[in-house]
Amino acid sequence: MGTLILNATSQTVAGSRVVMTETVKANNPAGTAHTAGDPRPAGTTMAIEDVTLRYGDANGVLALDDVSLKVAKNEFCVIVGPSGCGKSSLLYLAAGLNDVTSGSIKVDGREVIEPGPDRGMVFQSYTLFPWLTVRANIEYGPKRKGLPAEQRRQIVDQYLNEVGLAPFADHYPAQLSGGMKQRVAIARALANDPAVLLMDEPFGALDSQTRGTMQKLLLRVWERQQKTVLFVTHDIDEALVLGDRVLVMTARPGKIKAEIKVDIPRPRSMDVILEPDFIALKRRILGLLHDEIDEDH
Amino acid sequence: MAQRRTAWTRLTTPFANIPASTATTLALAMWVVVIGGWALLSYGRVVPNMFLPTPGTVLQTTYRMSLDGSLFYHTLTSAKVVILGFIVSSVIAVPLGLWMGTYRAVQAPLEPLVNFIRYLPVTSFVPLFILWIGIGIEQRIAVIFFGTFFQQLVMISDCARSVSRDLVNASYTLGTKRSEAVWHVIFPAALPSILDTLRVTMGWAWTYLVVAELVAASSGLGYISLKAMRGFQVDVIFMAIAAIGLLGLITDTAFRILRARVAPWAP
Repeated sequence: MGTLILNATSQTVAGSRVVMTETVKANNPAGTAHTAGDPRPAGTTMAIEDVTLRYGDANGVLALDDVSLKVAKNEFCVIVGPSGCGKSSLLYLAAGLNDVTSGSIKVDGREVIEPGPDRGMVFQSYTLFPWLTVRANIEYGPKRKGLPAEQRRQIVDQYLNEVGLAPFADHYPAQLSGGMKQRVAIARALANDPAVLLMDEPFGALDSQTRGTMQKLLLRVWERQQKTVLFVTHDIDEALVLGDRVLVMTARPGKIKAEIKVDIPRPRSMDVILEPDFIALKRRILGLLHDEIDEDH
Repeated sequence: MAQRRTAWTRLTTPFANIPASTATTLALAMWVVVIGGWALLSYGRVVPNMFLPTPGTVLQTTYRMSLDGSLFYHTLTSAKVVILGFIVSSVIAVPLGLWMGTYRAVQAPLEPLVNFIRYLPVTSFVPLFILWIGIGIEQRIAVIFFGTFFQQLVMISDCARSVSRDLVNASYTLGTKRSEAVWHVIFPAALPSILDTLRVTMGWAWTYLVVAELVAASSGLGYISLKAMRGFQVDVIFMAIAAIGLLGLITDTAFRILRARVAPWAP
């Protein structure tokens, strides 16, 4: 896996010249290169340092190999990678749902050792509590925190409106469509006011039209709420529409291969995917991913 | 589309819905066939009445025993035994099963033992129970308990274990502590399937009634049918069996209503 990209396949993809220069940096075995380049260096919310994840014993599968990245405060950071590259595993580690094999993950300077409400997460599968109404689902986190009822009600109302589901407050999850369920899941995570919002392919199970609507909604919410987001997807369009910065991961074992700043001005509309700047960035990422897939086979 | 299909096509399409009226008609027809077949065999003397009473005789017996209050008395005794045994069993099996399904450290020691016991025939323990507990109602309750508890434990443990991991993970990221997960997430998530388990095992509890009243009982539906066997009162046996079935049907319906009330969100 060590040396990448230096094969003929990269010739076929336009923009591969850029790919090569970036890859050299990302492949630096010292693992020091990719912590640079925060678009908003004002404050780091999440710092992942030299994280390795190996399943089972010392001979087990290496899922993540020496991954380092920083997410700045209020940044929208996206990770793309081929399936099975460990990008979801990285989010589970950041959430504290799994333990790192080595390395460390810090959120606001505190080391992650177990899950906590400061790291909200939206999953690809539907994880609303089926026995609670939409309102009670959103209220769950504030209730665990012990907030008074009046304050909880205000928070719930605010986020119900934010995701446009106020008329469905008393519905049960089973009565909602897939897109609506994920809107509630986003509202539920945000109602806890987490330091960072982890999103694991949250729109992956939705049809493409609903996905577009959800991306628009998420952008609007993010622009208003100013949250730090770490978002995982395999959809390049989604990554570029949403992110300030896109990190491209290699196939297993997962490493950060390249970092691409998305300079497309905000607020972004969904038509942004037709613009030349967008297409150029997409071509670069596609090139990076194609190399991974070619190496795989 | 549906209208162009004939009724016959609809009846023979896998998983297709049929009109409610058709379903009711079919259900009633089944009873007509069963009772009609019974009437044919008994009134037609195909089977001697000593072995198969006529529906009329059974109805007469039922009427007679209802009038003198004995049917009510025996039914009440039996219901008390079954319901008490079932409640004692469920009260322990639900929390223990939840624990067992949630924590490997509880499952590891219990599962081999429980799986051993639950295959033992209940009847073989009746002499032991009499020796240990005596011949009072406690002994009969113990039989019902023994017949249902270990089955319940395994099934409820499975209900807990099949709760989605991501549901629990999501609750952690919302601030649930590890110690709270059982009560706040796993129990409510498993509740519909736990209620289904209780409904099914309630049926099993009824089936152990006759075993429970086999020895040393002096009242109950199982007792009167055993006594009737000695006196060749086949009509009484039939009535007792029908009463047990009917009570089972009533408790089953009660559980369905309870589930719809307690877990209205579940399909």
